[in-house]
Amino acid sequence: MIPSPLLAAASPSHTSLWMFLAFVAATLVITWFSARKSSGASAYFAAGRRITGWQNGLAVAGDYMSAASFLGIAGMIAMNGYDGFMYSVGFLVAYLTVLFIVAEPLRNAGKYTMADVLAYRLKPRPVRAAASVSTLTVSIFYMIAQMVGAGVLVQQLIPGVSYEIAVVGVGVLMVVYVVFGGMLATTWVQIIKAVLLIAGSMLLSVLVLQRYDFDLGKFFTSLTAISSTTADGQTVTRNFLTPGLIFTNPWDQISLGMALLLGTAGLPHILIRFYTVPDAKTARASVVWAMLIIGAFYIMTTFFGFGAASLLGPDHIAKHGGTNMAAPELARVLGGEIFFAFICAVAFATILAVVAGLTISASTSFAHDFFTNVIHHGREHRPGEEVRVARITAFVVGALAIVIAIILGPTVNVAFLVGLAFAVAASANLPVIVFSLFWKRFNTAGAVTGLTVGLLSSIVLILVSPDFMKDPLFPLKNPALASIPLGFLGAWLGTLLSKEQPDEAKFTEMQVRANTGLGSEKASAH
Amino acid sequence: MIARVCFYPRMSFPQGDRDYTPIVGSQTDVAPLGRGGPKPPHERTAEEEVDPRLWAVIAKDPDFTALVRGKMKLIVPATIFFIIYYFILPIGVGWFPQFMERKVWGDVNIAYLFALSQFFMAWILAGIYVAAAAGWDKKEHALLAKHGCGTKV
Repeated sequence: MIPSPLLAAASPSHTSLWMFLAFVAATLVITWFSARKSSGASAYFAAGRRITGWQNGLAVAGDYMSAASFLGIAGMIAMNGYDGFMYSVGFLVAYLTVLFIVAEPLRNAGKYTMADVLAYRLKPRPVRAAASVSTLTVSIFYMIAQMVGAGVLVQQLIPGVSYEIAVVGVGVLMVVYVVFGGMLATTWVQIIKAVLLIAGSMLLSVLVLQRYDFDLGKFFTSLTAISSTTADGQTVTRNFLTPGLIFTNPWDQISLGMALLLGTAGLPHILIRFYTVPDAKTARASVVWAMLIIGAFYIMTTFFGFGAASLLGPDHIAKHGGTNMAAPELARVLGGEIFFAFICAVAFATILAVVAGLTISASTSFAHDFFTNVIHHGREHRPGEEVRVARITAFVVGALAIVIAIILGPTVNVAFLVGLAFAVAASANLPVIVFSLFWKRFNTAGAVTGLTVGLLSSIVLILVSPDFMKDPLFPLKNPALASIPLGFLGAWLGTLLSKEQPDEAKFTEMQVRANTGLGSEKASAH
Repeated sequence: MIARVCFYPRMSFPQGDRDYTPIVGSQTDVAPLGRGGPKPPHERTAEEEVDPRLWAVIAKDPDFTALVRGKMKLIVPATIFFIIYYFILPIGVGWFPQFMERKVWGDVNIAYLFALSQFFMAWILAGIYVAAAAGWDKKEHALLAKHGCGTKV
C-alpha cells in the first residue's frame, strides 16, 4: 500500500479544463483543414479512400474503444477483479470475424455503407430501407448511451460544468466535426484519440508496475487479498484473480460473448471505416493494426485495472468518484494533478471520437441509402445533394441526441443501450451480410425479414429482460443468445417462403468483385 | 497511383486506330457522332471500369474457383476454431470454476492465463491469415492479368 498522504484528495484544479480545451482546439484545426481539402461525395463519406493501413487501424481502434471500455472496464476490474478482464477479451476476439468475413468483401463490393453490399444482388430499395433503419437504430441508441455517459463524466472531470452543458458541448463538437470536416476530420479525431489512449494507458501501467519494482509475481500476489467493505458495513477480503465475483449467471456471459463476436462485424460505424482505404489489402492491414492496438490496450487493463484495486482499494475508489473514476483516480494518486488532468482529457477525447464516428455512420446511411437510393432511385437530382443531405442529417441527429440525452438525465441506466447496439448489429446486420456474401439462393424477402426479425427480437427481448422488469420474461441481460438465431432463422425462412428467384448473374458478379477487387471503388487522385 | 485497366471492348475505336481528329476547315470538321474510345480514367466510374461479360468468364475460370476454395479452406476452420476457443472461457469459468482457479504460476491461475492467451490466439490467427492472404493477392493479380484487367502503375 502507498503512504496515506498520497491518498488524500487533491484540491480541484482547472488543469483538466485546459487540457480539454487544448484537445478541442487541435481537433477544430483538423476540421478546418479537412473542410478546406474535401470536396465531393467520396471525400466527404470516405475521406477520399486515401487513409493508409496503420492510420485506419488507429482510427478503427479510436472508433471502437468507447468510454465504457476505458473507464468502465478499468472500474469493473478495480472493483471486482477478474470478471472485468474476462469481459474485455470478447472485444478483441471479435475482430477475427471482421478480418475473416467482412472487411475485404465489403471494401471490394461496396461504396459508402453496409447496405451497398446487400443491395448488390437484391432489390435495392426495400433492402436499403431496412438496412438504413437498422443502422440508424444502432447508431442513435449507441450515441445516446455515449452522450449520457459523457455528460456524467465531464461533470465529474471538470469542476463547475453541469450535466446539460457537458451534453450540449459534446453534441455540438461532434456535429461540427462531421458537418464541416466529414470523414477526414472524424478519422483524425479518432487517430489522435487512439494515440492519446494508448499513451495514457502505457504511462499508467508503467507507474503501477514501478510500485512493484517491475516484478510481475509481486504484482499478482498483491491481488490475492483485496479488502473491501460490503453494503452492510462488513470488511471482506477477496482474491481478485478469482472468477465469478460479479458475473454469477454463465449464460449471461455466453450471450454477451455471442453479441460481441458477431456484433462487432455488424456495427455500421466500424464497417464504414473500411471504405476510407484505397483497397481490400489495406482494409486487411488496418484490421490487423486495430487488433494490435485494441489487444495491447485490453492487456494493459490488467495493470491499471488491477493496479487500482491493489494500490487504492475498492473502498477508496467508491469514495472518490465511483467505479468509472478508477483510472483517473489512480492517475491522480500515482502521477499527481497534471497526470489526472491528462487521463481525464483522454477520456473526453475517447467519447468525442466515438460519437463522431456514430454521427457520420448515421448520416451517411440516411443520405446514401435512404435519401439517394430509396427516395430518389439512386440518382442525385443536383450535384452534391447527397453530401448536403448527409450534413443536414448529422445536424438533426446531433440535435436529437442532445435533446434525448438531456430529457433522460444523468441517472438513467444506459448500459442496456450499448448491449442493444451490439445485439442489433449481431442479430439484424450480420446474418444478412453473411447470407448475401455466401448464399446464392438468398433474396430480398430474406434480407428484409432477417433485418426486421433481428432488430425487433433484440429490442423486445431487452424490454422484457432483467434490466427493465423486476419479474423478467427473458432471463438474460443481453438478448443475443436468442436474437442471433432468430435473425438467421428470419433471413432463411424469408428466403425460402418467397417465390422471388435469385439473380444468379448478379451473385456471380458480386462473388468475383468481393474476391478479386475488380471494379472496386478507387482512391481519389488527390 | 495504381489503376485497374479493363475497358469495355465494345467501346474501343470501331475502325482500328483511325485518327478522328478533323482537318481544320475541311467538310469533315465536325466531331464524329457516337465517338467511342475508352473514357479517360478520371471520367470512368467503378461500374464502367469492367466489361460486364467478364464477371461470368472469371467466375468460371478454374483459377478463380481454386482461389475462392483456397480462402474458404483457411477461413472456415479458423472461424470455427476461434469461436470454440473463445467460448471455452465463459464455459470454463461458469461451470468448472475449481479447475479454472488452479494456480499455475505463482498466484496466477488458469482463468487469467487462459483469458490472456485469447489475445495471443487472436493475434496469431490474424498473422496466419495475413500470411495466407499475401499468397491470395498474388493469385488474384495473375488471374486479373490473364483476363486483361491487370494493374498499371
